[in-house]
Amino acid sequence: MKPISQRAIEEACYEIMKKAAVDIPEDYLTGIKRSAEQEKEALSGFVIRTMVRNYETATAERRPMCADTGLPRYFVKVGDHARFEGGFTGMERSIRSATARATQDVPMRPNRVHPLWRTDYNNNVGINAPEVEWSFEPDAGWIDITTVHKGGLFGTDYRMLFPGDGIDGIRRFLLDTLIAFGKRGLACQPAIIGIGIGGSKDTCMQLGKQAACLRIVGDRNPDRKIAELELELMEESNSIGMGPMGFVGSSMAVDLHIEVGYTHTGGMPVSVHTFCLSSRRATARIHADGHIEYRTDPKWFTPYYRREGVDWEGAGLGQARRYA
Amino acid sequence: MVRQDDMLEKIDIDLPASPESLAKLKPGSIVYLNGVVYTAREGVYDRVLNHKEALPVPIHEVTNANFHCSPAASSNADGSYRIGAVTATASFRFSKYMGDWLDATKTKIVIGKGGMPADDYKDILAPRGAVYLTTVGYGTGALLGQGVRKVLAVHWLEELGIAQAMWMFEVSNFGPFLVDSDLEGNSLFAEQGELVNQSIEKAYEGLRKPALLRYGETDDRKDELI
Ligand code: SF4
Repeated sequence: MKPISQRAIEEACYEIMKKAAVDIPEDYLTGIKRSAEQEKEALSGFVIRTMVRNYETATAERRPMCADTGLPRYFVKVGDHARFEGGFTGMERSIRSATARATQDVPMRPNRVHPLWRTDYNNNVGINAPEVEWSFEPDAGWIDITTVHKGGLFGTDYRMLFPGDGIDGIRRFLLDTLIAFGKRGLACQPAIIGIGIGGSKDTCMQLGKQAACLRIVGDRNPDRKIAELELELMEESNSIGMGPMGFVGSSMAVDLHIEVGYTHTGGMPVSVHTFCLSSRRATARIHADGHIEYRTDPKWFTPYYRREGVDWEGAGLGQARRYA
Repeated sequence: MVRQDDMLEKIDIDLPASPESLAKLKPGSIVYLNGVVYTAREGVYDRVLNHKEALPVPIHEVTNANFHCSPAASSNADGSYRIGAVTATASFRFSKYMGDWLDATKTKIVIGKGGMPADDYKDILAPRGAVYLTTVGYGTGALLGQGVRKVLAVHWLEELGIAQAMWMFEVSNFGPFLVDSDLEGNSLFAEQGELVNQSIEKAYEGLRKPALLRYGETDDRKDELI
């Protein structure tokens, strides 16, 4: 079979940019409608219902759902058997060029600037931008490309906790973060909350971000105990007494996802991320024969991605043992 | 205080807003605007207030509504502009400019994200007969974009860029916004924040402090954090 063409890759990147900016993912819409039903406070309820109207207008008029079109970034999963033109740097070039084109065509806000000189090329491209994270998948010939347009200067925090702080330490830090950024609604809640636990500081941040942005509403961690914790912490987030815009209410979390990474024996680093009211993500799968399928579930956290042992097969057994 | 749905009243305002129409607004009222609004944030404030540059147009003759906003805009080949979505930016950062700006432009409606400190309403906005409206959500960019009928003009685009330039938008049924502060300087955010604060302690009940603190949890930099 011919390798996947660079044209197909560039087309996929461009399409997901447009879809992400305009169309709210179905799972999040369903979740936010549920929040609207459950919210008893009139003001908070009004805010959530207005958001639902906003998503509908965005899709009907092909407008970005939020003028802060966030920071576009990419997550690429390449199957072991995928063959494609241009190599990995070619794919990175496609990603950058699709970002620039979509910025002009949607239009999206050229949010990306040099951190010190504030240089703006008006195309959301620059040094280390957009970010591209890579992962791989055994037994697959496709390439999955996901874009996330992550909004928000507010709503993310990191803290080094210790094993002795226990789950209560995580609870407390989650409350701190939600309340700090929830006041006046700076985090644009209700949000999908992602919690990263473990790893080193950078992986901890990365896991939390991916947990918020790359898992859909309703998805549970395969580790049963972690899944229970997700539900508990979501319940507690919604019991603070706060809702959208920091008004009295019971809607902070549309869902809450936890991802873990093995960490230093002495520590328990934790990060909290909120994926705001504009939870923008879109995924394209480019099959080996070049045809492209679009969806909103990134399917990033595969069993392989969460593997625990040295060998993939061995890790599979290990998981089966733990989740039984 | 639990607000019932029917207590959320909807009010249409024609711009420039008259003192009578502003007097009808109470914290929590829902507002839609018709007429012209202009955008201005730190870039514009700095030019006019600190560098004493003249305003590009006598704004008060056209409108008295200042929107803290950076639109998602791009230019067409014929020189016109396309506005996709419109979302407010957080206003608290601009409070130091507000008094002088309101005096210079006779602005009476400040629109933004998340309000300003409650004291600013009492000390700066209310004494000048100005109110604050917050966008809803805050990501209602598509709804607000739909309310922008036309770009009447854009000033200082080259000097300040898309995000900071001064845009003049013709708007109709532009909203919804929620009144944060009224002519008396009452604040919806402050009122709601106090109510929320009453339940916060309960959320922390029984949770121990972590083993290692952070500065911020103590403000004395001579303290050890363990
Ligand atoms: S946090 Fe999200 S919804 Fe809020 S303004 Fe930013 S992009 Fe829009």
